[in-house]
Amino acid sequence: MKADTVASRETGPAPGTGRTKDAKPGLMSGPVGRNLGLVIALAILCAVGIVTAGDRFLALDNALTILRLASVIGVVSIGMTFVIIGGGIDLSVGALVALSSVWATTIATQAMAQDTHWIVIVVTAVAVGAVGGLVNGVVIAYGKVAAFIATLAMLASARGLAEMISNRRTQILEPREHRGFYGVFGGDVLGVPTLVIIFALVAVLGWVVLNRTTFGRRTFAVGGNAEAARLAGIRVQRHTVWLYVLSGVTCGIAGAMLIGRTTTGSSTHGTLYELDAIAAVVIGGTLLVGGRGTIVGTVLGVLIFTTLGNVFTLNNLSSSAQAVARGVIIVLAVLLQQRVAAGGFRRRRRAAATSTGSPTTTPGAPAGEVSTNATAPVVRDEGDDERS
Amino acid sequence: MVEDAQSQPLLSVRGLVKHYPGAKALDGVDLDVRAGEVHCLLGQNGAGKSTLIKVLAGAHQPDAGEITWRGRTVSLLHPQAAMALGIATIYQELDLVPGLTVADNVFLGREHSRLGLMRPATANRATAELMARLGHHEIRPTTEVGTLPAAGQQMVSIARALSQDARLIIMDEPSAVLDNEEVDRLFHVIRDLRADGVAVLYISHRLEEIREIGDRTTILKDGRTVATGISARDTPTREVITLMTGRDIEYVFPERREPPGADVQPLLEVDGLGLDGEFTDVSFTVRPGEIVGLAGLVGSGRSEILETVCGARRATTGEVRVAGRRLRAGDVAAAVAAGVGLAPEERKSQALLLGEAVYRNISLSSLARFTRRGLLSAAAERAVAEEQVEALEIRPRDVAREVRTLSGGNQQKVVLARWLVRDCRVLLLDEPTRGVDVGARSEIYALIDALAARGVAIVVVSSEIPEVLGLAHRVLVVNEGAVVTEAPASELDEHHVLDLIMESEAARLAQEQEGAA
Repeated sequence: MKADTVASRETGPAPGTGRTKDAKPGLMSGPVGRNLGLVIALAILCAVGIVTAGDRFLALDNALTILRLASVIGVVSIGMTFVIIGGGIDLSVGALVALSSVWATTIATQAMAQDTHWIVIVVTAVAVGAVGGLVNGVVIAYGKVAAFIATLAMLASARGLAEMISNRRTQILEPREHRGFYGVFGGDVLGVPTLVIIFALVAVLGWVVLNRTTFGRRTFAVGGNAEAARLAGIRVQRHTVWLYVLSGVTCGIAGAMLIGRTTTGSSTHGTLYELDAIAAVVIGGTLLVGGRGTIVGTVLGVLIFTTLGNVFTLNNLSSSAQAVARGVIIVLAVLLQQRVAAGGFRRRRRAAATSTGSPTTTPGAPAGEVSTNATAPVVRDEGDDERS
Repeated sequence: MVEDAQSQPLLSVRGLVKHYPGAKALDGVDLDVRAGEVHCLLGQNGAGKSTLIKVLAGAHQPDAGEITWRGRTVSLLHPQAAMALGIATIYQELDLVPGLTVADNVFLGREHSRLGLMRPATANRATAELMARLGHHEIRPTTEVGTLPAAGQQMVSIARALSQDARLIIMDEPSAVLDNEEVDRLFHVIRDLRADGVAVLYISHRLEEIREIGDRTTILKDGRTVATGISARDTPTREVITLMTGRDIEYVFPERREPPGADVQPLLEVDGLGLDGEFTDVSFTVRPGEIVGLAGLVGSGRSEILETVCGARRATTGEVRVAGRRLRAGDVAAAVAAGVGLAPEERKSQALLLGEAVYRNISLSSLARFTRRGLLSAAAERAVAEEQVEALEIRPRDVAREVRTLSGGNQQKVVLARWLVRDCRVLLLDEPTRGVDVGARSEIYALIDALAARGVAIVVVSSEIPEVLGLAHRVLVVNEGAVVTEAPASELDEHHVLDLIMESEAARLAQEQEGAA
């Protein structure tokens, strides 16, 4: 992939910092630097894991366990990243995961899958998610209901519907009867769980769509300045609908993945996924107000939370302690990102004060930029190298 | 309070320097403001006016230089420090809380209270007194600020400054959001303040205003003071412009080309267009290569007309045709697809993605053009953006730069470049030179003219009547949501247009009185 740098993305004054007027992309905005806070956090977590659990943490199996656990919430987080960059929020993801897992495992669906093809289960799950997202999107974009409220309503009703359909019973999808489905959603390829491969595919696809397609660009525009996007000829309402549909589709995929992992569909699946996904997206550097964000940041955010859980489990610590640590991590990660960026800013200002050189040669990045950057796997243009 | 006004300046600034990362915003500013004078601050965009204001308001710290207040050297470490000395700043974006009442806003942070309980009656009385002093009795202390027009909100800000016993009030382009009558009332207030010994530091782009209200002028260029304390009334305009731009401006407007002949089919046809509560029955046509101007005061409906033509508002009556084909009402995307582009009045909030790169702003309306097999080519986007940056002389030349760091004139060029890349056939320009300095204005005029020469049909709206007259072939005078006159620009002059507006206003008032009687 060649030289399509996105230098603009790299500088992102957080709203209200007010001191980044002339900031330019610089050192800290490199592919590593922009996610430095996250990489450091992940490294620290791994170090803690190695120190406290040693070989058990380092074992290949353990790494795969972490990735497998990360994969379901990861897929949901990719969809959430789009919605949040587009200026919205989706609180209904956990409920939609549950609903799609239930709908895809009803007796009727199972029978149809056995009569025709196992893909029916997946199609059902994705379709349920997509329709849920469509309802969200239409209510938000055309009904002008606040996204928070509309998706909160969907959260309640989708989970309720899942309970009604399943009668609050856990629906088992018998592995022996659905070998085709489990071949894809429960197996592995060369030792790598297929769930991890699906997550990787969704993440890569999400990255391409966000950074290399018209849809992705418009998502940034709609979230960054909806009025400007509208006057530029973008159909903002329609785009908003598609964003929620996309989020719903990722919920459907995640629902199918959960069936694969647990062999069940249940109305209790995906509980609090909305908070996990939002937390991962936010510590990944995506702005909650929209207009800025990255897929790579989100993936790192998901990995941080899953690794954290794993380290706690290996050390036999309670899930309550884990919840506390989660909260601390969210705050620390965001604070760290801001400090790293602010440090870069101060260095630069000193440099500017001591030299009277040309305005464009001063390196550095604005405050809050790590937390507000985008697209990580970005290659830099030769022409963009004036900052050392 | 005024006794030593002549001998000792109220505020004295010497050798002020302020760096930003990558730019030197102030590079040796000197300024003396006396008590009881209206001191005007002039300069092109990027000359350092905003930075100077922020330093004086205590919002930014200077890197070098000295600020003396009533003979004592002071350092303004934070906005409260400036406020405590008696320096109040009224920013362009007013810092009011729209959901609170006028009185609440005036005393925000210094509420009248006893034992932690608010005493609204006291605050309301004090606010009413302040409003009376400003000659704006009609602004009630209990009104919600968000419901006031821009002019009223400005008065609330001024009242807040007075309530804090400000000796110096800094006004950053206060007239930008006001119509002529409101500006007159503002000037009245400023004159009263001056008579009370309050100093006003007045920033504006409009030279004629400064001549009317100002006592002395300081001119900044490239972060330096190039002239200070010169007379606001008697310094010739040409000299002021020369000081600001460093060159003489001989021709501001490009020479007028011949309008296209009557046999040329119109490209844009607006037929009986109306929008409830805004304007009624507006009809006009624009031929390719023609520039049509809409002249009118703020609130006359001219911006609403443009926004309705491009579908940003849904017309209630009438229709718009481009090249004979009817546009769907209220559908901007359809209008853009038909080749219509709007450069809106509020560039920052309506047109630009401020945090995005120049090239991404330019390509926003033509993304399909840069897409191959579903994937965007940033390289192609940049290449096209770079062509535009060269052609329109957008500075700095860096297409990867965030648009927010550009000056107003360059931001406007970015918006125009967006529509050039889109190959738009009908260009609607709302206040194309608002917030654009004098030097860049003539460049934008030349650009508009060049576009018309290429066969684009152009509609220009401006509150500056000379601008409309200087650019357009034909002018529609708009008042109160109706077209008063349509005439070739060559047959009109500024006074004539103003007369037409006044006449229509008088006729309307007479009619209203008749209706009431």
